[in-house]
Amino acid sequence: MMKQLQGMPAPLRLLASLAAAAVLAAPLAVRASESEARLESAPIDVRDVASLQSGARTFVNYCLNCHSASLMRYNRLRDLDLTDRQIVDNLMFSATKVGEMMNIAMTRKDAAAWFGPAPDLSVIARSRGADWLWSYMRGFYRDPKSPTGWNNTVFPGVGMPNVLWQMQGQRVLKEEVEKDASGREVKDEHGGVAKATKFETVVPGTLAPPEFDAQVRDLVNFMTWMADPHQVLRKQVGVWVLFFLAVLVALSYALYKEYWKDVH
Amino acid sequence: MAATEKLPVTGAGPFNAVLTWIDQRFPLVSTWKEHLAEYYAPRNFNFWYYFGSLALLVLVIQIVTGIFLTMNYKPDASLAFASVEFIMREVPWGWLVRYMHSTGASAFFICVYLHMFRGLLYGSYRKPRELLWIFGMFIFLCLMAEAFFGYLLPWGQMSYWGAQVIVNLFAAIPFIGPDLAIWIRGDYVISDATLNRFFAFHVIAIPLVLLGLVAVHLLALHEVGSNNPDGIEIKKNKDPKTGIPLDGIPFHPYYTVKDIFGVSVFLLVFAVIVFFAPEVGGYFLEYNNFIPADPLKTPQHIAPVWYFTPYYSILRANTVNFFWVDAKVWGVIAMGVSVMIFFLLPWLDRSPAKSIRYRGPIYKAALAVFVVCFLILGYLGTETVTEGRTLMAQVCTVVYFLFFILMPWYTAIDKCKPEPERVTK
Repeated sequence: MMKQLQGMPAPLRLLASLAAAAVLAAPLAVRASESEARLESAPIDVRDVASLQSGARTFVNYCLNCHSASLMRYNRLRDLDLTDRQIVDNLMFSATKVGEMMNIAMTRKDAAAWFGPAPDLSVIARSRGADWLWSYMRGFYRDPKSPTGWNNTVFPGVGMPNVLWQMQGQRVLKEEVEKDASGREVKDEHGGVAKATKFETVVPGTLAPPEFDAQVRDLVNFMTWMADPHQVLRKQVGVWVLFFLAVLVALSYALYKEYWKDVH
Repeated sequence: MAATEKLPVTGAGPFNAVLTWIDQRFPLVSTWKEHLAEYYAPRNFNFWYYFGSLALLVLVIQIVTGIFLTMNYKPDASLAFASVEFIMREVPWGWLVRYMHSTGASAFFICVYLHMFRGLLYGSYRKPRELLWIFGMFIFLCLMAEAFFGYLLPWGQMSYWGAQVIVNLFAAIPFIGPDLAIWIRGDYVISDATLNRFFAFHVIAIPLVLLGLVAVHLLALHEVGSNNPDGIEIKKNKDPKTGIPLDGIPFHPYYTVKDIFGVSVFLLVFAVIVFFAPEVGGYFLEYNNFIPADPLKTPQHIAPVWYFTPYYSILRANTVNFFWVDAKVWGVIAMGVSVMIFFLLPWLDRSPAKSIRYRGPIYKAALAVFVVCFLILGYLGTETVTEGRTLMAQVCTVVYFLFFILMPWYTAIDKCKPEPERVTK
């Protein structure tokens, strides 16, 4: 480390040693202790148009009854290679014009009174994150203690029932003593018996678990795309901008060196 | 008549006539010479000297993108959140303008923090540059105000509750506090009235003051001349014939071409963020700010944007009610003093050498420890409070203040090396 530092120009050396000091001191600053529900990484790809179309179908059929997406225009779905005709015929149920926003008939006030507040989903993927949505949509289970009969491992006590239950089927949560490969009980960090929670299907759904996961994947993919619909274009443009700026850096460096020849 | 005594402009080819016409009615040539072509800057500027011009560039980016944002933004509590998303989704290239503005806010602080750190490295606040430093500090205060007011405008949860927390700090001031807080908000809670006045401050009041301060900052700089990494005055060694400093080079073209290179590299980094990671993992755009402001729902974890977190940590570090005064009041005082104390630097520093190159080991160690504490405080400000973290923040806060309070003593006893006669390299 020190040897590497000696090779650098003085200001960079200083910056590097400060950064190193900060990194060394960081673990002293106490690790995050709050235990949040473990989220699974969502296997999404916002460039997969077929998946986004499928997700849009699930979204307008299952989500867009209680939740609005008031910042999302129906005909923005044209970006997913759909025509206005296809959008109107297959994906628009409550609006009359294709330029309308994805609003719902239920007022926010009524929704709040009947079910508790159902948030607008336009940019929900930006506040919650795709991983949260992916884990949440796959985290429902039957719970007789809850008013709706449903509960969720990611959002305990959630007001929303499992709207995809026909596809997923009904599951219950089982707590099980965790065992390693040789059959011994695993201890948790406090020395107690580690317990793993496991879903058990009670009533099977219309889709097999892998098919259901694919469906949720498409839905989460669509919601992630909808939250920032220019994200694919942004990165495409970005590549060209970086290319241009790299050329500019090279040229301006050559110009600077040329002018500075007579200084030293 | 003075105008007729001026010599005609030469060397501008077909523009000689029009420039002569202007110069006889406006100090065109003399201004150009005084501030660019015959402003002699030390020839040994290094990496740290890019950030002044870069801060100026970011200011321009913020003003231009800000003007375009204002064309579609609605400063109304019921419309603000949706209007920002309207810019992001419906306005052609609106997403680019908005991301440039949000990234520019953080870039401004990065440039200004590094610019100030350069001052600490090379003693740029020392005589005769005290006033230059003070103008710079006022720019920093304006920048903080500008960022604070602007952050309310997207009207997300963090906008709302961040403003709530900061305005409530004023309520901690004894006697007048509660009334003062109502006066600032224009209401009992952060509301539409608050949003409207913050919008006015963000787009007119503060930028106007900021531009004026930048102008006097540059005028003061050009009056006393730039410092340099050796911390010696280049005006002490002038060519006896021309009166030009021997170690000075004309700002234009030498530093203009060098700064163009600096600007290109900066824009490259800026573009990587704008086009590929505008949220920067929730540090430049906080995730919770994509939830519309809800006065009835307090978020579990309220954290300011990264550039305010060191001061936020200092605020939270005070947990003891000293002298029967509430800990919160002490926190507010400590936070205020932690920023204001920079004003005193020119008079706290007693070192015979200006630049860190010729200072003794004590100042080098003190500055390194100070920077590490500043970074740790910044990190802690983004996290929730635990006992361990509070203790850590308290230690760092004490060290932060000791850096300044003990400065007159440790800079005086530090063993400095002799400064060179001429700039090195």
